[in-house]
Amino acid sequence: MRNVSHFRRLDDAAGGKVTLTFDGEAIEARAGDTVAAAMLSAGFVAGRETPVSGSPRGPYCLMGACFECLVEIDGEPNRQACMTEVRDGMSVRRMHGARAFG
Amino acid sequence: MADGTFAVIGGGLVGMAVAWGLASRGRKVTVFDEGDRAFRASRGNFGLVWVQGKGIAMPDYARWSRLSAQHWPGLRDELRDAAGIDIELAQPGGLQMFLDEDEAEQTVAQMQALRTALGGDYPFEYLGHNAVKKLVPEIGPQVVGGIHSPMDGHLNPLYLLRALHKGVRAAGGTVLHGPRVERISSRPGSFEVHRADGTWSADNVVLCAGLGNARLAPMVGLDAPVVPNRGQVIITERVRPFLNMPTVHVRQVGEGAVQIGDSKEDVGLDDSTRGDVLAAIARRATRYFPLLEGVRVVRTWGALRVMSPDGHPIYDRSTACPGASLVTCHSGVTLAAAHARVVAGWICGEQAPGYMEVFGAQRFALQAAG
Repeated sequence: MRNVSHFRRLDDAAGGKVTLTFDGEAIEARAGDTVAAAMLSAGFVAGRETPVSGSPRGPYCLMGACFECLVEIDGEPNRQACMTEVRDGMSVRRMHGARAFG
Repeated sequence: MADGTFAVIGGGLVGMAVAWGLASRGRKVTVFDEGDRAFRASRGNFGLVWVQGKGIAMPDYARWSRLSAQHWPGLRDELRDAAGIDIELAQPGGLQMFLDEDEAEQTVAQMQALRTALGGDYPFEYLGHNAVKKLVPEIGPQVVGGIHSPMDGHLNPLYLLRALHKGVRAAGGTVLHGPRVERISSRPGSFEVHRADGTWSADNVVLCAGLGNARLAPMVGLDAPVVPNRGQVIITERVRPFLNMPTVHVRQVGEGAVQIGDSKEDVGLDDSTRGDVLAAIARRATRYFPLLEGVRVVRTWGALRVMSPDGHPIYDRSTACPGASLVTCHSGVTLAAAHARVVAGWICGEQAPGYMEVFGAQRFALQAAG
């Protein structure tokens, strides 16, 4: 589900356009954005459900400390969205349940 | 003796377990805790409730570890009732895996000798690769075998520390966080505990200050020749449950993270981490469990074990300063149940196992002379 985003871009932020997909849906970001920034500005707040209680989780501290923003990036699970820079063609997916192996 | 008030020096797992045992016996307890600037083994340990292999050179230590393991469900229930915290105790048995045939053979021989010394009552079984794989399907091809013992288990040591703190307070005890205890002075029948922020009197004093015991013990006629030994530990991201029992170096915690240990380093009072040591720890873990390759590490840390000359605990009551006693050990998790349910009673003059006396510090003088 996509929410109305409360995150607003600053006009003076530089960087060319980058297109990535979130659960298969194309979203636009700027070069240099983190995946978390791209998700939030596109209105996607939750990137997974916690395997402990099943409740939704999304980017929170935005500085690599809280590990709430974990998503699957290009097939690799549990990556920190706030610590990963977007790339053109990147595939980001929500995660459901605990990460599997391999 | 042992009537009146108690000052417990040290608010880690040892001090809080003793304090809980005293407070739940209706004693008036004040704990002096240096806080998290102390070298807190209680915050850095591995969380095992472990029996197998302990006491190879001292069968009474094997008896003692096992007695504590048997007391664990009782302490778990007490803490759940008093503090409302589930410490995630599980005692499904534990596994010691081997990557080397000679090491396996040697360890099994030692454990068989221990079993004989204990009159045969010491359950464990050596399993070859296939039998281990039946028990824990995710082991790698390099595991040659393992020792399984139903005596072993694990728990969440941070929840345990929190539950003990909450329980002691709920039972009317006081915990004073602050500067370290600088000095303990004694007069017949009473003690004074001196910190930079004040002085407190107590009828009895129990030293549970970990590495700090070495400095404090002589002040009350006791001896605590303990030194630090560093262990480094890794925590991974949460993964789906794959490991249904603790192993010596790898266990999966309640929330799914994998805890991986450990190293044994004589580096003094240095609890930092080193990349090469952590890499070796991680490499060994992937030989046990190849599926851990590619699993992300989220935290690492170093912590200092509190080691006596023979690695076994020291329990002592001062003859020079009656009312002073010492409780110090390396296995603060495993032994917490014995500390709360047996040692606290022993300090109060209750009946304790006859072999308690062998844990006195005078054994080091005898070992040196012998």
